[in-house]
Amino acid sequence: MQATDPAITWLEDKPLGLAERLYLPLFVQGLATTARHLVSPKVTVSFPEQRPTVGNPLIYRGVHRLNRDDEGRVKCVACFLCATACPAHCIDIVATESPWPDREKYPEAFQIDELRCIFCGMCEEACPVDAIELTSLLDLTGKSREEMIFDKEKLLSVYDMTKDAEPMKSAALGGAP
Amino acid sequence: MTSLLPSPTTIAALVKIGLLIGGLMTAAAYLVLVERWMAAWVQDRKGPNRVGIPLTKIRLFGLGQPLADGLKIILNEDFTPRHVDKVLYAAAPLVLLAASLAIFAAIPFGSVLPPLGIPGLPDPVPFLVAPGLDVGVLWVFALSSIAVYGVLLGGWASNNKYGFLGGLRSSAQLVAYEIPLGLGLLGVVLAAGSLKLDVIMNAQAETGVWYAFAQPLGFIVFLVASFAEAARLPFDLPEAEQELVGGYHTEYSGIKLLLFLVSEFLHMVTAAFLIVIMFLGGWHLWGVTGSGQEVTWIGALVRFAVLSSKIFGVILFFMLVRWSWPRFRFDQLMNLAWKVMLPLGLANLVTVATIEEFRPQLVEAVGAGPAGWIALLVPWGVFFAGWIAAGLFTPSGTDNTPIRTHGPLDIEHELVEV
Repeated sequence: MQATDPAITWLEDKPLGLAERLYLPLFVQGLATTARHLVSPKVTVSFPEQRPTVGNPLIYRGVHRLNRDDEGRVKCVACFLCATACPAHCIDIVATESPWPDREKYPEAFQIDELRCIFCGMCEEACPVDAIELTSLLDLTGKSREEMIFDKEKLLSVYDMTKDAEPMKSAALGGAP
Repeated sequence: MTSLLPSPTTIAALVKIGLLIGGLMTAAAYLVLVERWMAAWVQDRKGPNRVGIPLTKIRLFGLGQPLADGLKIILNEDFTPRHVDKVLYAAAPLVLLAASLAIFAAIPFGSVLPPLGIPGLPDPVPFLVAPGLDVGVLWVFALSSIAVYGVLLGGWASNNKYGFLGGLRSSAQLVAYEIPLGLGLLGVVLAAGSLKLDVIMNAQAETGVWYAFAQPLGFIVFLVASFAEAARLPFDLPEAEQELVGGYHTEYSGIKLLLFLVSEFLHMVTAAFLIVIMFLGGWHLWGVTGSGQEVTWIGALVRFAVLSSKIFGVILFFMLVRWSWPRFRFDQLMNLAWKVMLPLGLANLVTVATIEEFRPQLVEAVGAGPAGWIALLVPWGVFFAGWIAAGLFTPSGTDNTPIRTHGPLDIEHELVEV
């Protein structure tokens, strides 16, 4: 592109006025800004003692959970859509024939490797029955790698733990529970 | 028969050295904490507030942080890269630290103690390691110039382009700013009639007029130059992390890096000491400290406290400026030194010299009172005139506006054609 191209709008700095050339007014202005911030309220969250506030739990992407239906069974139908959608390949499902009449399959085992997970939320997007969801739990820690591979029971227990604070998202977003 | 024991003067000097070095090192460690706090507060953060007494849960607002920082950096691996000049590499931090500490031999850190009555010790005892030194100011200047060698050696010995650039920048900057620094200082020396820093302080205490009020232009020139000498923002080009990695200490680690960092803080403390001693009245505060040489124990402590708090105030100002002003470009830095600060310093020197030369005649003509006012107002006139002149004729440095007649592609075409 030429410098003379009409598509380019050239902006010029305003020439400095006398007040600006005298340095001191600008200097005092800068000091005043700094001094104001020196005493202004701090934004730091002292983490372990003080919990950060999650803006909107509906769109926060924290630890996963497996939802239960009204009868307390796992909602998952073992369709593998989440495992397919997962870019980090952290979901491992073993499907077996369902003992219940309302679906063909259910997960015999359902493992998520939380250390491989990149918390992108694609599993949640892919799930046709809203069985897998990301909660707003944000301090995920463990003492070993094995401990960080969450199995079905653990994921269901995350649901039990968070269901009161965070109802199922499909209902909150206006869909069927 | 001569005694084998050291003389009381020697013992007194050793005690003072011990107090001074201990105090300075502690102060440097805690100034790092203050600096980190200021940095955090200015950025709306809380800063280090966790480390307290080790092995307990007592936090003390993070006052244990310097200890933790020091331990950590001492226990870091002291790695010597294979490509460095080993002798100079090891010598550089030592040169720098030795020079920065030795400066304090001539810097008074209080007024005087009341007479102690110890035989062999001159009364009253001054707060000064080398009280008889007639060339205190020269000593300070000579040693702060040697400190440049430490920086330059560090940059050179590192055998690293960033380190070398940092060293080069440092030498150019310090050479340039030593001149305005000296000019600012000469005015004070002329007015006080002595090169002894304690005499300069006493002169301000006796008249009650601090040299910052009597020579405003000299004060500003000296203040700006001492920012540059201490390599603090907005003049921290020798380090300039964003451009030069770490500047002259890029290749340093462990305790050698610690020595460099401590020396940097000592430079700032030295600059604060000099600003307070020469321009802000030293230990003098109207109506609080008195002005004579006879003091009680309480008086001596009050003077020490006044001096310390002034120095602390100046250091806080240094730290606040760091977060208020962006770094100068190198050509702007040089423009400021040679085209603004040097003429202003000269103007101040000429003004002070003229006033001091004609002061007796002036006192004779109009009396002592009005003469004092004239001697005070003329420098302020010069100050405002110099300020406005510097503003009107600001050397704006290089022109950064893009060249419109050539686009970037035109230049490529021309290069291809050639």
